[in-house]
Amino acid sequence: MIFATNVSKRFGKLNALNNVSVNCVKSECIALIGPNGSGKTTLIKCILGMVVPDSGFITFNEKNISHDWTYRKHIGYMPQIGRYPDNMTIGQVLKMMIDIRKDNQQTQLDEELIQSFGLDGLMQKRMCTLSGGTRQKVSASLAFLFNPDVLILDEPTAGLDPVASEILKEKILKEKQKGKLILITSHILSELDDLVTQIIYMQDGHLLFHKKLEDLKQSTGEEKLSKAIANVMLKK
Amino acid sequence: MKKITKYVIADILRNKIVLAYTVFLWIISFTVFNLENNATKGLLSLLNIVLIIVPLVSIVFATIYVYNSSEFIELLVSQPLQRKKIWISLFAGLAGSLSLAYFVGAGIPILIYALSSTGLIMLLMGLFLSIIFVAIAMLAAVITRDKAKGIGISILLWLYFSLLFDGLVLFILFQFQDYPLEKPMLLLSGLNPIDLGRILILLKMDVSALMGYTGAIFKDFFGTGIGFSIALLVMLVWIFVPVWLSARRFCRKDL
Amino acid sequence: MFAATNGWAKTIKVGKSEAIHTIQQAIGQALSGDTVLVAAGNYAEKNIIIKKSISLIGEGYPVLDGEHHYEIISVKANNVLIKGFKLVHSGISSMVDIAGIKIYESRNVKIIGNKLDDTFFGIYVQSGANCLIMDNQLTAYSVTEQQAGNGIHCWKCDSLLIFNNQISGHRDGIYFEFVTNSYISENVSEHNIRYGLHFMFSHNDDYLNNIFKNNGAGVSVMFTHGVKMIENIFEDNWGDGAFGLLLKEISDSYVYGNKFINNTSAIYMEGASRIKMQRNEFSNNGWGLKIQASCMDIDIAYNNFIGNTFDISTNGSLVLNRFDHNYWDKYEGYDLNKNNIGDVPFHPVSLFSMIVEKNPSAMMLFRSFMTTILDKTERILPSLTPENLKDNYPFMKPLKL
Repeated sequence: MIFATNVSKRFGKLNALNNVSVNCVKSECIALIGPNGSGKTTLIKCILGMVVPDSGFITFNEKNISHDWTYRKHIGYMPQIGRYPDNMTIGQVLKMMIDIRKDNQQTQLDEELIQSFGLDGLMQKRMCTLSGGTRQKVSASLAFLFNPDVLILDEPTAGLDPVASEILKEKILKEKQKGKLILITSHILSELDDLVTQIIYMQDGHLLFHKKLEDLKQSTGEEKLSKAIANVMLKK
Repeated sequence: MKKITKYVIADILRNKIVLAYTVFLWIISFTVFNLENNATKGLLSLLNIVLIIVPLVSIVFATIYVYNSSEFIELLVSQPLQRKKIWISLFAGLAGSLSLAYFVGAGIPILIYALSSTGLIMLLMGLFLSIIFVAIAMLAAVITRDKAKGIGISILLWLYFSLLFDGLVLFILFQFQDYPLEKPMLLLSGLNPIDLGRILILLKMDVSALMGYTGAIFKDFFGTGIGFSIALLVMLVWIFVPVWLSARRFCRKDL
Repeated sequence: MFAATNGWAKTIKVGKSEAIHTIQQAIGQALSGDTVLVAAGNYAEKNIIIKKSISLIGEGYPVLDGEHHYEIISVKANNVLIKGFKLVHSGISSMVDIAGIKIYESRNVKIIGNKLDDTFFGIYVQSGANCLIMDNQLTAYSVTEQQAGNGIHCWKCDSLLIFNNQISGHRDGIYFEFVTNSYISENVSEHNIRYGLHFMFSHNDDYLNNIFKNNGAGVSVMFTHGVKMIENIFEDNWGDGAFGLLLKEISDSYVYGNKFINNTSAIYMEGASRIKMQRNEFSNNGWGLKIQASCMDIDIAYNNFIGNTFDISTNGSLVLNRFDHNYWDKYEGYDLNKNNIGDVPFHPVSLFSMIVEKNPSAMMLFRSFMTTILDKTERILPSLTPENLKDNYPFMKPLKL
């Protein structure tokens, strides 16, 4: 579904991505793991077309994404920090997004998260009055709203309370079972245990490995993802 | 594209700074027209507001707004939308709402108290300057990632257009005072939208008689339909070039 | 012979119902001292020449028509009175100065209460003396300077009195050249193409209480000494190169109690000397006073300067004139001892006006933010404007004039 081939990106002196190649296919839930500044967010942004790679290319459904923007209708993106125009209400933000994407997509809107987060009662609240957590809820709801084939979630649970976090995880599992591709970056490895099927580990702009969770657990002999990763890092 | 513009305008019109700006213009305009016994004098007093405050507020507000919207812009970019359209919608939203603020704050008092060709040209120039300085702000904001730097650039640009450029003109005038400079002045005035706006407004006022020979040259040129159309065209160029340059840069920018 | 004789002088009546139908005929019959009384009606009699000292009086404004071809009345005798006529359509010529009424080398001629409409020159006095021109209305409809004559044109005259005439639409409203010891008073000269009053080589004349309004270039007084200009109104002389009053090569004169309102330049002075300029009001002009450096010994005192774009401008740094004791609305000083005189001097010349004087193209920057700032700084720290051009005793409040 998403193939990145030899993608490199420099920001000034910083080598954010160094010859990274990945392929992500349907019905997988892939965790992007790595220390801060390892290039996870840059890779996501490359996939979303927000950052243009210096070299290499990315295809989405066999189509090169540069000079193409229509592919993004298949993607739901939840950013790390969601900020919206201060004076818009939650209702307006949702309505605007629906407005923007409506004529591109006839599919049913998925408002499950809006309800389970209890956002429908806060529709009149202005964005500038919201807490960080509530804004994250809005971001998450928006990502799932259009029933996209691919979900890209950047630190989805950061800032969410345990209840909301649990709701979100449930939702991710549910969507995975529908055969969607889900890309998650997270620091909190313990959360990912029951979600992910594959692991991409990045460091200093390099892709260190891309393995199935079972393979990783097998090769390290650890049951927990966090332990397995720690094991890998020790070996390096 | 219209949709984003619509929501941006709706957002900005509820912004406290824009509301304050509108009220400020409104109060100043009414005070000026009530204090001065004739409308032309009122317009003269308003001239400085239009030439100084309007560009300043437009450029600074637009720059800050673009920076504050950076995450929102990122979100929009992740949606199935063309970058160019996002950028232009943002511009249209900013330009539209600041023009509206100017129109309500200064335009309506002008229409009430000074409905003349002078009043109308001042109204028009104010609108043009609002839009042009939003366009220039977009360019300033796209050049650098750093918000403080961006605001600095936009204030410098404002300073350049409202002050430094004129100093430069004065310098040129005295360096080359042995040459006939009236016609080059015509060209120079086109290089600064504030100057062009000021001259077009002054030519409509009867103070144009004070402008002597230079004024006569300007009047001969801008007084004709063709000259005036060229002036408007130059104003439009001042809108389109910064928007085009910034849009081009935005399309290639890493967010 | 048909009219009644009354002592020596007799009255000859002219009119449709009278025995004599034409003015020419009546004049032919009249002797010096007689009166020709003309009834209302239309008289197209080509050029009427008066060579006798008679009174020509119209009743009910008989119309004398020059048919766009003739000089209507030529006066070539002393002690002539012309009163109560309407003179229309004189000829127009670029070779000769055709007038409605022209006085040739005569004394004691009185032109009173006539209406002149569409004449080339209106009333033309050539080498006249002791003449009175009073209560006339002169209207012309000229468009270009070449096609226009002057309203009241006086050349080489002495002791004229020009009183209460209304003049409009001519080249110059009133024109004086080599005219001495004369009074111009209570006239209204407006909408003339060039000057409301044009004044050259005419010494020791006074003009009082006139209104000069909306003329192409205002009033011009040149190459003259001993002029008194008192309580006139100079108004709305607006346009490129227009001024209220132009003083060129004038000396020993008074400008007193006049009002200068809404002129591009209220007064422009060049080569003027020994002039007292007092109790005038300068309001809403582009420039109040433009004083070229060639002027000296001008005493400007007790005037009000209100609402002018520039109060004073000059082209040099040498100042031989005095500006004390005026009211300037731009004065921002203080008056600690409350004697209504500001404690710090006022510098009426703005930096921008100096710049423009040196380099007229700089007018492009008129009313720009930069020039405003320059002017403000210069006012606080004068460095480029003439140091001596200042009012040491500026009034805090406008003077009652």
